[in-house]
Amino acid sequence: MIDFYLNGQRQQCTDVSPDTSVLELLRIRLGKNGTKEGCASGDCGACTVSIGQPDGHDGLNYHSANACIMPAHQINGCHLVTVEGLARGDALHPAQAAMVDCHASQCGFCTPGIVMSLFTLHHAQQTHPAPLTQQRLEAALGGNLCRCTGYRPIRDAALSMQNHPDTHPVWADDPDLANNVQSLYRDATKSSAGSRSHESLGHFDSPRDIVALRELRRQRPASRLVAGATDLWLEVTQQLKPLDDLIDLHQVAELTAIDATPEGWWIGAAVTYSRLEPLLAKHFPAFAHLMHRFASSQIRNRATLGGNVANASPIGDCPPVLLALDAKLMLDGPEGEREIPIADFFLDYRQTALEEGEFIRAIFLPRPGDDQHLKVWKLSKRREDDISVVLGAFAWRMENGLMRDVHFAFGGMAAIPRRAPSAEAALEGQPPTENAFAVAKAALRNEFQPLSDVRGSSEYRLVAASNLLERLRLSLDVDVNTNAEVCLDAYAH
Amino acid sequence: MRTLTDISLDSAKARREQKNANKGDGPLARETFGKANDDGSRHARAHESAIKHVTGRAAYIDDIPAPADALHIALGFSPVAHGRLTRLDLEKVKRAPGVVDVITVVDVPGHTDVGPVFPGDPLFVDDEISYVGQTLFAVAATSYKAARLAVKEAVIEIDEQPASLDAVAAAEANDVVRPTHVQQRGDWQQALTDAPHVLEGEQFVGGQEHFYLEGQACLVTPSEDEGVVVYTSNQHPSETQKLVAEVLDVPFHAVVVETRRMGGGFGGKETQASPWACIAALIARRTGRAARLRLPRAEDTRATGKRHPFHNRYRLGFDAQGVIQGGDITVIGDCGYSPDLSEAIVDRAMFHADNAYSLGDARVTGIRARTHTASNTAFRGFGGPQGMMIIEAAMDDIARRVGEDPLTVRKRNLYRPGRDVTHYGQSVDQHGLIAEIVERLEASSDYWKRREAIRAYNAKSPIIKKGLSLTPVKFGISFTAKHLNQAGALLHVYTDGSVMINHGGTEMGQGLHTKICQVAARELGLDLEQVRISATRTDKVPNTSPTAASSGADLNGMAARDAASQVRERLFDFAADHYELDREDMRLEEGELIAGHGESERRIAWGELVQAAYLGRISLSAKGFYATPLIHYDRATGKGRPFYYFAHGAAVSEVEVDTLSGEYRVTQVDILHDVGDSLNPAIDMGQVEGGFIQGMGWLTSEELKWNDQGRLLSDGPSTYKIPAFGDLPPVFNVELLQGHPNSQASIYRSKAVGEPPFMLAISVWSALRDALASLVDYRYCPRLDTPATPERMLMAIEALRRANQPEESASETSDESV
Repeated sequence: MIDFYLNGQRQQCTDVSPDTSVLELLRIRLGKNGTKEGCASGDCGACTVSIGQPDGHDGLNYHSANACIMPAHQINGCHLVTVEGLARGDALHPAQAAMVDCHASQCGFCTPGIVMSLFTLHHAQQTHPAPLTQQRLEAALGGNLCRCTGYRPIRDAALSMQNHPDTHPVWADDPDLANNVQSLYRDATKSSAGSRSHESLGHFDSPRDIVALRELRRQRPASRLVAGATDLWLEVTQQLKPLDDLIDLHQVAELTAIDATPEGWWIGAAVTYSRLEPLLAKHFPAFAHLMHRFASSQIRNRATLGGNVANASPIGDCPPVLLALDAKLMLDGPEGEREIPIADFFLDYRQTALEEGEFIRAIFLPRPGDDQHLKVWKLSKRREDDISVVLGAFAWRMENGLMRDVHFAFGGMAAIPRRAPSAEAALEGQPPTENAFAVAKAALRNEFQPLSDVRGSSEYRLVAASNLLERLRLSLDVDVNTNAEVCLDAYAH
Repeated sequence: MRTLTDISLDSAKARREQKNANKGDGPLARETFGKANDDGSRHARAHESAIKHVTGRAAYIDDIPAPADALHIALGFSPVAHGRLTRLDLEKVKRAPGVVDVITVVDVPGHTDVGPVFPGDPLFVDDEISYVGQTLFAVAATSYKAARLAVKEAVIEIDEQPASLDAVAAAEANDVVRPTHVQQRGDWQQALTDAPHVLEGEQFVGGQEHFYLEGQACLVTPSEDEGVVVYTSNQHPSETQKLVAEVLDVPFHAVVVETRRMGGGFGGKETQASPWACIAALIARRTGRAARLRLPRAEDTRATGKRHPFHNRYRLGFDAQGVIQGGDITVIGDCGYSPDLSEAIVDRAMFHADNAYSLGDARVTGIRARTHTASNTAFRGFGGPQGMMIIEAAMDDIARRVGEDPLTVRKRNLYRPGRDVTHYGQSVDQHGLIAEIVERLEASSDYWKRREAIRAYNAKSPIIKKGLSLTPVKFGISFTAKHLNQAGALLHVYTDGSVMINHGGTEMGQGLHTKICQVAARELGLDLEQVRISATRTDKVPNTSPTAASSGADLNGMAARDAASQVRERLFDFAADHYELDREDMRLEEGELIAGHGESERRIAWGELVQAAYLGRISLSAKGFYATPLIHYDRATGKGRPFYYFAHGAAVSEVEVDTLSGEYRVTQVDILHDVGDSLNPAIDMGQVEGGFIQGMGWLTSEELKWNDQGRLLSDGPSTYKIPAFGDLPPVFNVELLQGHPNSQASIYRSKAVGEPPFMLAISVWSALRDALASLVDYRYCPRLDTPATPERMLMAIEALRRANQPEESASETSDESV
């Protein structure tokens, strides 16, 4: 059974098959048609809903998510808010009123999703007011495509909604709602080592700790692991593959913890990007900057670092950064735990070092030294919510004017994300001169034979990757970069 | 909010105009800026569905409740681009769980070709396969998922043949879907010979996926007769009615088609919505059950046509000032496998190969190449944008050649007295207006100061280069197929005074229904809330034209006005008689009928008037009709006046380009656009801004890529990138031109606004070229095909760098002086 609150009302849905999405639950099971399907792949945001979970104090935190690729079973214990749940009779919620006032809907199909993204932003502003910078607006709305308006009136609605009378949804008057959701969430997170689906429909298990997870893996070695589902669910919506045996990681205590040690941080594989962002912002600003261009808020609120690594896509955004940072992985499985350098994890196209029954438990990010530098540059057709054509991650130390511990890693340049050892060697122990970089660029061109595909040609990838090295050199050249920009503001960090 | 305060001032004039409209008339006197005292803001009303949009109550096709036993349809598509279907074994499909019916071409009782204008679009493949995504069969099952899963059980064998995917090669081989058409004015060869300078160039202009957020969808229920009721997301309900009836082999009156609203259309639901309705209608008739069909995004993207990619060439002669003397332009449209609307689309590209400039003595040739891809179709601008691209490329090239700023050369070439006849023989009556718009925008955007600043910046900045460009738009308004320029409306006044109006246009977000309600309210002196549109239905207003060519408000607004004025005149006659009032100067204002002036003024409330008229047995319902006057075009001679009028605008875009990565940002856009006297400035503003951003997407990030086997690789939003929130230029100044009513008697002297602003985005592309030209000290303007993705930009930059390294560039080989 899936037990949750929908717009303030308790809902209990039984016999929901494991591969059902929140969107299907809403539209087909519950007849709530306000939430739309635009792409069924988490790219357009028409299905955006807001999900309330206990904030660790006494209230609820709301985050946006794409209902089309969110497993219905993951809504268990949460408060799901949809576009139907905002207006109070005829009185519109400020997010809605501002949209009407600004003439921000045309065909209206993307509008429910945009309203929900604005609602989530509005709620965050109510609880933690902060300036609505361009970056925050992009984070709030970058995952909602609109084909009609060109976004100007939507931006105006985002900027003006705080000026509208704060009409609460009816459910916000319920003083017990937060408590009720909290206790439901607690119960849901306590009870469910067992399967929540009817046997004949398949399995969707949400273990709470690693012991339970290991046991489930042992019992059902063929089961699939699901965390944020932001990639896995495309197998259902795009390829119609059956997903009837799932183990949900998003509540496994050990996988959702971030442990700080003197040497660095162990990041649980099921930690979402949204939770990771503050840590990255503090210690790895270049990595944090990448997060603003990594999919959309709706995705970052659900997707996990472990998922990006395990997925082992050659165009995943994080693996090159982890390679440049010399990250480690803690793998867990029938034979116990083991640590491996991330460089040993990617074997071949979508092939990893995971043995039968193994899973990624955590990712270790070494604490950066004061002299460590990191640059991460992603090239894509569209700045927001796009997949890399090429991603370069560059880490090094400067020691007496010489580059040390040079780690250059690339995505989109080979069948796996990987480092560029010859280019690194060309610069190791060298000053960042034009000559040294010329050698490195030549080496780089020799060590990759990228593919041509829908995102970019082989030639473009080679030229662009080599030019990223040139950008790196220029950014280190005081004469150049104090007098001129070497990178557009919108892409700089 | 009241909309009617000025109607009294306007109504006498409006009646005169109405009379004149039937004959057609000439320019109005007002021609200059600044005299207008009415910015039209009282007409800025919210979209009629705005509140429904934001609350999720606006119903789209998949939201319409259907009976519990409704069937869901999924389609089997061709996996190859060209070949013969040798085996289609559907036995396992039929046995799959939940399957109720499976159909192929042999199950079609009536027509099997659903080509909209010319034949060539089989509903299901019979023998020959022409593109990846062509429909082979349909499955109806008890759920959407069951139907989709069943499709995978089909055994398909195809004798695959080489696919023709190169439009230029097809054009050279004369493999075309329609005959080549030529427009010609004067002796273009002599003009080239006589011209002091000649330049030639070519370009590839990419296509565009509509990416309407609501995909193709319909719901069909069987009627108690032999027909069906079709609910469809559709820009052309009448055509769907016709095709469904022909496929079912039933009379047209057995089929009712209803469209309440679309979740976006942009041209993609003009002809491309019909096949799905036909298939669902077949299932509904065969099973006696309601049938739903909606295409999943990837299937929608592969199966339906797009904006035509074009290959364009020019060879133009010009004088030392850069003024074009004449020449030759060829546009090759990649039509896909069948004609669809390509005849008219390539025509429109030809009609716009001049944009706002006189071509002098010129020949324009349009070729409709056939390739093994989905049949390309209408998309906002309908070929016009692709045609304009070649002359805007030429403007930049000519400017570099004569060493002038591109804006200077553009201004010199604008239509003006003595150079005011197009290459197809239509004279441009508002040429003063184009010049005025350009000059005003030049000043308001501070073009020259920014130009200087950019030159200075570029001279100092080794990596980041800025570019700037102002481009105008002159877009012809009317369907070039003359018979489509007609519209109908049906207006009812009920006895409580509320008004229902139906018309032939469809609502796809462009605010047409809002505007039509405003027209009816304005004619009847009512508040907007008293007027409502139910939906577009073929049984309310028959034989309608598609909502396309920006014509929705022009045509249907006039028809609505005709209907409303008939009722109004009847009420005046009745009131004059019944209340013994002076018929002269009677008016409807603010919910009252007013007769006389001053002391003799009498006022009768609308509700009372309507009641009295009903009791007096006066018909409170009227049918309106409109046909655009004056237009004609003779395809045999390539001459005529295909357009009732032109809509104008201009835009200035500034970009900054990273010459190491090819990344760029559009940093500022200034737009001044001509909508005549706006019917609704809020809605028109939305069309201008939205059209611009959509055009920018077309020219920058939206890339359609096929593999060598003709399979579309960019078939969804993860690979096909329409502009996102962050692509909105940080400075975006958009203004509607005030004080210039339409020179022709359009509805309240407004102008069509759906398509024209789309082409303002050409300024972004031209600004990118400007930034590239800075790398060669503006000596020439490098070729930049579209979409100008970061990849295309970087490859162009690398080519310039290579060309720049040796002493003199070899890149001017295409620049040949005579």
